[in-house]
Amino acid sequence: MATVAVEVVYRGIYQKTLARNIVRSIVFAARKEGKIGTAFGRYGDSPERNGIPAKQFAIVADSPEELEENLAVYQAQEVDVTINVDDTMCKGIESWAWYGLEPINKLTKSGGTIIVTSRQQADALVEDIHQRSEPYNLAIVPATVSFSGLWVYKDDHTDARLLGALCKVCPQLVSLESMVAALREQGMNELKVVSAQKSYDRITQRPVEPGEGSTEIPFSFELPGWKKMEEGLVIRGIAQGGGFRGGELGYEPVRNETFKKWSTRSMRPVVNFETCIKCTLCWLQCPDTCFDVTPDGLYDANMESCCGCGVCDAVCPVPNCITMVNEAEFNDNNSQWEAWQKDPASYKQWMTTLTEKQNAGEERSHGFHHVGGYAEQIAKMGDS
Amino acid sequence: MTTTETKLFQTETEELISGSEAIAIACALADVDVITAYPIRPYDTVMQYVSKLKADGAFDCDFIVAESEHSQFEIVKHASAVGARTFCGSSGVGWFYAMEAITVTAGLRLPVVAMVGNRALDDPGAFGVEHNDALAVRDLGWMLAWVATAQEALDMALLAYRVAEDPRVFLPFAVSCDGSFLTHSQALVKVPDMKKVQRFLPPYNRGKMQLHPDNPITIAPQVNEDWLMEIRRQTNEAMLRAMEVIPEAYADFKRVFGRGDPSPFIEEYMMDDAEIVLVGMGTLAMPVRVAIRRMREQGKKVGFLRVKFFRPFATEEIKQALSHCKGIGVIDRDYSYGSPSFGGVLYNELRAALYPLESRPLILSFIAGLGGREVMVRDVNEVVDTVQRAVDTGVIEKENTWIAVRE
Repeated sequence: MATVAVEVVYRGIYQKTLARNIVRSIVFAARKEGKIGTAFGRYGDSPERNGIPAKQFAIVADSPEELEENLAVYQAQEVDVTINVDDTMCKGIESWAWYGLEPINKLTKSGGTIIVTSRQQADALVEDIHQRSEPYNLAIVPATVSFSGLWVYKDDHTDARLLGALCKVCPQLVSLESMVAALREQGMNELKVVSAQKSYDRITQRPVEPGEGSTEIPFSFELPGWKKMEEGLVIRGIAQGGGFRGGELGYEPVRNETFKKWSTRSMRPVVNFETCIKCTLCWLQCPDTCFDVTPDGLYDANMESCCGCGVCDAVCPVPNCITMVNEAEFNDNNSQWEAWQKDPASYKQWMTTLTEKQNAGEERSHGFHHVGGYAEQIAKMGDS
Repeated sequence: MTTTETKLFQTETEELISGSEAIAIACALADVDVITAYPIRPYDTVMQYVSKLKADGAFDCDFIVAESEHSQFEIVKHASAVGARTFCGSSGVGWFYAMEAITVTAGLRLPVVAMVGNRALDDPGAFGVEHNDALAVRDLGWMLAWVATAQEALDMALLAYRVAEDPRVFLPFAVSCDGSFLTHSQALVKVPDMKKVQRFLPPYNRGKMQLHPDNPITIAPQVNEDWLMEIRRQTNEAMLRAMEVIPEAYADFKRVFGRGDPSPFIEEYMMDDAEIVLVGMGTLAMPVRVAIRRMREQGKKVGFLRVKFFRPFATEEIKQALSHCKGIGVIDRDYSYGSPSFGGVLYNELRAALYPLESRPLILSFIAGLGGREVMVRDVNEVVDTVQRAVDTGVIEKENTWIAVRE
């Protein structure tokens, strides 16, 4: 079989332990079959930053020599399986190193598989994923995206279910039996073993044909050579902004063209422009200067620079004026204010549908911000 | 930033001053804007003289006594970034305590000029000279020069500002002065007049790299592996350009002040027909020259090559100067435990530099004068005898010898 490589794409802090558990279990399971493997995180990532897309890898080979062959290229060039533990990253990811936007399927081999945890349907996810010329398969583990904190781990079986699914979609990696043995050996309880087995039985793959998917060209930029770079570690300041979108009125800051942060976002603010009292707090407190001031003195969040931190929602004094909504609900980064201007009635309807769904739906946690938060969420989850 | 008209330095004078005082006077002549200080022997003599010069109205500067060497070097780093001409210095473990700030100063391409009063590193606590303190920055992008006399200390400090602040270079510069022998010994020094200095040394202009509200920039970012190599390459190129800027500035120095050696990088003493050449840095030159003169009287063809610039290292010039001799004795006032042949730092650099020569002279390492122990004429004789034996027999019995150490 030579070598099999798996990457786990995860969000910094919230999913760091989850990703680590998955790649380690893969290597332990492979060991059961006399194979050898390694598990590591991409060093250029910064997994200790909230929500930043990051990667862990598991590489499994028949012999140490084959493994070394593969590790000679530290950053894997292609993988058999991509595991994406947050469906919002189907839109592409930018690591902390800001190399530009990477499609989620960038490393997935031709004919390989992407496993995603999601409540969405396959077609909806394919819409988000960048199209490419080689086919691949999409498999969904139906689940609410598992987020926790840096020091707490939400043991909601996401790891076991993904590992079970992995054995099915990539049988050349390890058998389910070996995986189950590895899970037991790590002290996972029998309920988790059952979760892995059920996931193995139920997982299905949806082939994605060449050319299917998002037609967006992923944002990229060229790294300058040393002769072109400024000396003395100097980075030029960005010029002051001007009127809103080229006009005379309002204000729009100039933004760094090579520094976009939106793939860090797993939720985005949705603004009710009709109840906004123009208090300026969201604009003032946003750590990423993502609000543009409209000619009528409202605040329109620029979705290229919003990293979804939720500070605007937290500081807004008007109830439900700003609501953080699951990023999976959106297919573009368009201006909300422009949509509202164009057709206030449809905007209101769109907004109401989204916010009601959000408020009624399962909690999409940004980690746990106070002692006891984990216990509260577990209580809400009930038996599953 | 501030230029004061003073009554001092209107004409050239001759003063009886120490190396430290010479450096302090160079600061006044260069009209340095920001000077930071923190006491440690033997460097502290400079801060004493600088503060006296300021109090006497010889020049105006912000003189800041920091709460540690680390802060001392941080302050000048920042001052240099906003366009101030700066000076500071330290010795021994004080220099090491500031090492983080010292490192980033070179990384940020800031032309800070520092004086290192060479002192043995603790432990044991000792005041005497060893070169290991200053040598710690040899790989970091600092220019590093050793001087042998108070006159040279003054001249080198002026040259340091000229070279460091050249926009083609923008690298920090450390002037190393042997503790005691130079920092605490007074000699007659020609102090040039201010007008000449101004002709030689233009104001520091950081241009587009200057931190200023009118020039909105940020410096010192965090980067990943996709940027760092290019940044290191830029610093390497700056050091390469320094190899050209130094001779250019030195030629100007000689034109304006009317003194100086043929080469800015090295001093050659009785080298023309020398079969055995001693190599060393700093005040070692004095006993070595005396010993050589005596040996010459006996017909021995011995010469001396004093390395003034350790960084940048004048590889080609040194190769050229040593290519015709038969044996070389490198006297290191430093140690490098566990290094190749357990030789001194200069020895190993030199041996590497000479490697490409078609016919390589024999080269031997001598460790001498550590902790301020005096290197005597008889010690130099021992070095020459050892090299002579190797040349005569064609065999190096021992690559490394400690001189005048009690067995």
